[in-house]
Amino acid sequence: MDILISGLLLGGTYVLIAMGLNLQYGVARIMNLANGEMIVLGALASFWVFTSSMVSPLLTLFLVAPIAFVGNWLIYRLLLVPLVRRAKNQGQLEVDSILATFGMSFVLVGIVVSLHGEYFTYSFLASPLSILGTTVALNRLVAFAFAVVIGLVLYLWLNHSRAGMAVRAVAVNPDSAKLVGINVLKVSALAFAVGGAVSAVAGVLISTFITLDASVGVIFTMKALIIVIMGGVGDIRGAIVAALILGLVETAVATLIDPGLTLVSAYLIFLLVLLFKPQGLFGRAQT
Amino acid sequence: MSRKEVVPLLIGVVLVVVAALVPYVANGYWLSIALTAMMYIALSTSWALFSGPTHYISLASGAFFGVGGYLVATGMSDYNQSFWLMMAISALVATVLAGLIGLATLRLSGVYFVIFTLGLAEMIRNLVSWVQNNFLGSRGLYVLTDFTEAHIYWMLLAVATAVFIFGWLIDRSRLGFALKIIGNDETVARHVGINTAWTKVILFMSTGFFAALVGAIIAPRYSYIEPNLVFSPELSFLVVIMALLGGTHRLWGPLVGVIPFTLIWEAISIWIPNFTTLFLGLAFLTIVYFIPNGFVGLFEKLRAKSRSWQ
Amino acid sequence: MSAGRTLLEIQNISKSFGGLIAVNSLSFNVKEQEVVGVIGPNGSGKTTVMNLISGVFPLTSGTIRLAGRELSNRPAHKIARAGVGRTFQLVRVLPRLSVIDNVIAGAVFGHRRRWGYDAESMATHLLDRVGLADKQSQPVSALTYIDQKRVELARALAGEPQVLLLDEWLAGLNPSELQTGIELIESLSNEGRTIILVEHVMDAIRTLCDRCIVVNSGKLIAEGTPEQVLSDPTVISAYLGED
Repeated sequence: MDILISGLLLGGTYVLIAMGLNLQYGVARIMNLANGEMIVLGALASFWVFTSSMVSPLLTLFLVAPIAFVGNWLIYRLLLVPLVRRAKNQGQLEVDSILATFGMSFVLVGIVVSLHGEYFTYSFLASPLSILGTTVALNRLVAFAFAVVIGLVLYLWLNHSRAGMAVRAVAVNPDSAKLVGINVLKVSALAFAVGGAVSAVAGVLISTFITLDASVGVIFTMKALIIVIMGGVGDIRGAIVAALILGLVETAVATLIDPGLTLVSAYLIFLLVLLFKPQGLFGRAQT
Repeated sequence: MSRKEVVPLLIGVVLVVVAALVPYVANGYWLSIALTAMMYIALSTSWALFSGPTHYISLASGAFFGVGGYLVATGMSDYNQSFWLMMAISALVATVLAGLIGLATLRLSGVYFVIFTLGLAEMIRNLVSWVQNNFLGSRGLYVLTDFTEAHIYWMLLAVATAVFIFGWLIDRSRLGFALKIIGNDETVARHVGINTAWTKVILFMSTGFFAALVGAIIAPRYSYIEPNLVFSPELSFLVVIMALLGGTHRLWGPLVGVIPFTLIWEAISIWIPNFTTLFLGLAFLTIVYFIPNGFVGLFEKLRAKSRSWQ
Repeated sequence: MSAGRTLLEIQNISKSFGGLIAVNSLSFNVKEQEVVGVIGPNGSGKTTVMNLISGVFPLTSGTIRLAGRELSNRPAHKIARAGVGRTFQLVRVLPRLSVIDNVIAGAVFGHRRRWGYDAESMATHLLDRVGLADKQSQPVSALTYIDQKRVELARALAGEPQVLLLDEWLAGLNPSELQTGIELIESLSNEGRTIILVEHVMDAIRTLCDRCIVVNSGKLIAEGTPEQVLSDPTVISAYLGED
């Protein structure tokens, strides 16, 4: 029971992380390996604001989201559009964007280290709470609730708004989207920016219950990637299920065997997906 | 053998001889830098043999390097085996491991492969630490040999030379030609009868083999080994940067990248150690945006330009 | 001309992508030295048939045999080695290789596995055959569209295929190039090669094909000589879109 509840709570935050990356990869076709650093930056902002002026991370969210949106939009326009333009095919764009986002990832880590080289430790809503006989920290529950709300908003936006529909059209097929008059570059930039903002918000929430430092971004990127692939690229429903599975498995392994083996268990899942379901949990065989 | 082949071969022989003489003129600090450079020459050149033509970015070097270093250490420390035996075993283990990873990921798109190798070193480190803490009980592993820095340097030179010979042979073989075709158009490659999956897996296995050898040879340099030291994700990135910086479309390309980068990296590590990560990032960005074909590509472009001027 | 024994047997092949059925229980045979045209309106599944024969993706059901050997669901490289050569609808040359290396690529990995001088002299001979003798050492990117198509054809021939699949090899050529193209394929046919071609150019079909099969919505709707099928009312209505 303990495992189930903690696992689902952890999975809830993974959902957010993966949603950010899913938008960036599924729509803008950029495999953003600097995604984990957005999470770290969100966490750092939250830590700073909280320790300097005791502002609740739940308010910092509303500051972080627009800044991350603009920042990611600029990254896409200034750094990634040139790569999209010069790429002769999808393969070349993949290689270029992987290398470029690795570069951004290291630059961001370098900047964060010089800003704050230690752990981002603070205590927010750390009081224990009992649900169904399991004791969980309040902050985990609050973060989970926010993750659910943000996920819902994102889902509604994608499925019930004009902009959301354009985003989905580009995700399905950029060439056809172009034909029906959608500005693919603009929509991609939007999706990339929203994705980055969601990741940064996830960082704020995660920082309330996990202690982060400058170098953990890559672990989050890794996990987000595994979730996105397991769920199927561009598939939000798949990403949610995959994130919950990963949260549960990691929690189970950490409690039952050893906390040092969470990455190993994530890899095991990844390997199974690659061997048996490389198109994702709900994906159809590729044509 | 034609004149076109003899000249580079002679240059190669001269370079190996000159490189072999380095320990007689340099010692201490400069020898240790030469040793580091030699290590990266072997790693980057071997990396480029696979990643250059196929464009699959492998971040597994750190993992294979770690397998080499760790197996030598645990074999010598826990099981009293000889260095040479453990070196051979570790190369074999890494080759098999690379084969399994290749079979699982290289059938799919390049992205899956990059992601799988991205966390590989860290994952194996976690696994090894867990096994060591729970089942083997020992923490510190000692690699005690009577090798001097010069010995290690010469062994690395031998590996680097072997990588070059291997690359030269590949280039003249069916396998190398198949690899070139795959890099041009994988669909065409399949339809002219190339087993694309195996071609990629075999080359990837060779990078595993050489990286483990290098890791094994480096182990005596540290004498005291723990998993955190040998399974270094940073190493994987350095290998990629140096190879790309030099240029991966020529056998000697990575060599051109390794030497300046090692010197700059060394300088930064000493004077402004807090900036190493930032520098790594800037190096990646510089390569992508300004020198996508490396120094060699830049050089070839300039030469073509000056020719068209004449 | 078409009296030989059956070389390629295609029985009840189907392919579906998710819910979409692209090829629906299609059967036809190709005899040795025969030229068979696969025609039909756009999106009727012609290229999918070519892709199934050459192993781009596996069949959903059915069997394909080449000279009695089962090809169905084997990987593309094995099918190529078994003797199926092809060109692509959108020309696919190897951009960073020279013209002759493009052709050698076809010779090296085919079932004869030629290498070195053997492969090179074969490639030279084939380039001569397709009319590119003077452009051997050029980079392939410097070639015109029809010359790139010639390179692709020479590459396919270099594998010494038992069956040659030409997927709209004549598309996109101007009238005079088209005439040259048709003559080239005709000369290949006169050499006794077995060819399956997907084509929209009706002149080419009339000149080249011994027999045609007509595909619409993934189904075979007519089979016979070009004259027969092109005057068949079902075929005409399929082309004019009356269904």
